[in-house]
Formats: sequence, C-alpha cells, structure tokens
Amino acid sequence: MSVMKRLSGIVQAKTNKLLDKAEDPRESLDLSYQKQLESLQKVRRSVADVTTAKKRIELQASQLQQSADKLQQQAKAALGQGNEDLAREALARRAALAEQLTDLKTQHDQVAGQEVKLVDTAQRLQTQVDSFRTKKETMKATYTAAEAQTKIGEAVSGISESMSDAGMSMQRAQDKIDGMQARAGAMDELLSSGALTNLTAPVDDIQAELDKVSKTDTVDTELAALKAEIGASGPAGELSSAPPAPTSPEPPAS
Amino acid sequence: MIVRILGEAQYDVPEDQRAALDDLDRTLVKAVDANDADAFTSALLALAAEVRRVGTPLADDAFVPSELVVPFADASLDETKRLLADAAPADEG
Repeated sequence: MSVMKRLSGIVQAKTNKLLDKAEDPRESLDLSYQKQLESLQKVRRSVADVTTAKKRIELQASQLQQSADKLQQQAKAALGQGNEDLAREALARRAALAEQLTDLKTQHDQVAGQEVKLVDTAQRLQTQVDSFRTKKETMKATYTAAEAQTKIGEAVSGISESMSDAGMSMQRAQDKIDGMQARAGAMDELLSSGALTNLTAPVDDIQAELDKVSKTDTVDTELAALKAEIGASGPAGELSSAPPAPTSPEPPAS
Repeated sequence: MIVRILGEAQYDVPEDQRAALDDLDRTLVKAVDANDADAFTSALLALAAEVRRVGTPLADDAFVPSELVVPFADASLDETKRLLADAAPADEG
C-alpha cells in the first residue's frame, strides 16, 4: 500500500467534489473559474485568521514579558530591603513565567511558519488562477468539440487539484490554530485571574509586601529621627531606656 | 509522471525514476506501519527531496492532475496518518 497512491486517491476524491458536470465542456471552464475565485477568497481569509492568531500570541507574550520584568525589579527591591524570602518568591514566579514564555515562543514560531506557507499557497493559487483565466479563453476558441472534452477536462481537473491542495493547506493551518487558541484562552484566563501575576490590579501581593516594608522603613526612620531629637534635648540615651523602671521584669524594647 | 508535493508544487518526474520513488515510498509505508515517528520524518524528507531532485517543477499554466501525491514534506507521522484516514480512497490496498 503506497502512501503516494493512497494520498493521490484522497486528493482525487476531494478534487472530484469541486468539479461541475456541465453539458458543454466550455461551460465547465467558466464554472471552474468561479470556484477558483472563491477558493482564493477562502485562502486569503485563512491567511488573515492565522495572522490574527499570531498577533494574539504576540500580545500575550508581551504581557508575560512585562510581568517577568516587573518581578525581576521586585526581586531586586526585596533584596535591597534585605528580604531574601520575598526576593526568592518573586524569582520563582519569574521562572514560571519564563517557562510560559518559552512555550508561547514555540507556538508563535509554528503559527508564523503556517502563515508563511499559507501566503505562499495564496500567491501560487493566484498565479495559477490568473493563468487559467487567460488560458480558458484560448481553449474555448481553439479546441474542437472532441478535443475540448478531454483537454478541458484535464485542465479543470488539474487546477481543481491545486484548489484541493490549497484547501488541505488551509485545513492544516486551521488545525494548528485551533489547538493553539484553546491554550491562548487558558492563558488569558490565567493572566486575568492573576494566577501568573495580575497586571490589571494596581498592586500585586509582592508589591504589597515591598510597600509594607518600605512603609515600616519610613516609620522606623521617622522614629529614629524623633528619638534623636528628644535624645538631644533630654538627659541622655535612648527614649525607651531613659527612665528605667526598677520593677519591670521585661527588657526594654529596642 | 506528474507528482505533487502537498503544499508545495507539482513536478514532472521521468518515468525511469519510478522504481526509485517506489523504494522510498516503501520505506515510508514501513515507518507508518511501525508507527516510528523518527523513521517516518527522515523517510518523508528523503522522498520529497528525491522528487524535487529528479523532477522538473510544472509551469504555472500547466493544469494537469497528478498521478502520485507526497504528503506535506514537514508533516508529522500523526498528521499524515490523520490525512490518510481522512477518506477511504477507491484505490486503497
């Protein structure tokens, strides 16, 4: 069982569906030409679909990249505050995002590959359809009825096969996009739920932690400044340890 | 004979190359039957390369049906199996 022969049979079956049974073979040239124009429209629409899918991936990738960059900065800020645990958490999330980004990149390359192929297919079909338009008039004018039967039949079958090929190429691209769209939808949900890091919320939890620390820092700084002020005008030492309570069992708070 | 590589082009292949293509086709069939994806990929690439090497691409205004059809040259084993299962061709067997 030859792969090439089996496939030839499958393509033939698809092609037969495209053929009209016209009484006059010359008429079948015009009918076929109409089908070719429709085919071209479909291929062009398919190219547009693939391009849209590619743009969606690009948009998601740029969102993920922004999140990753932000987490990197947050990790740095956390380290600056001496909060290594928080820095670690930010970097761990960043690593998870990097994984998603790699996955998106692979999908993007696949879709971009389909786009290039489909653009080629559209161009090839366009060229053939243009040639067919010219040739069909020549055929109508030059063939005798007997010749027309076979020659026109062959030409129409030939270009119909090209349309089948284009149709299969479109189906192929569509299958790739369908699989990808489902994942893209899941990714959109993850992004909007904040499971990956919520860009829609003004402040995420790592940022909240960083802000809390910096607020505490500010309070500490102000407190120290206050202590220094009072210490300078007061008797001596730190405020809290200035009047030692003789009965207090607790050590002075520092 | 006219050979089409899906998603690519049609080629006019000299009749004396038929046996060589049949050999490559048999290797491909073996890979499909063995469900061996790696063997399939290399066999398919070899078959497509041979068609391109010995064949002459048809002109844009040559509208001729193909006798043989090679799968998309970059298709995986799974994709090709789905393609072959797509319809029950009359000449199967």
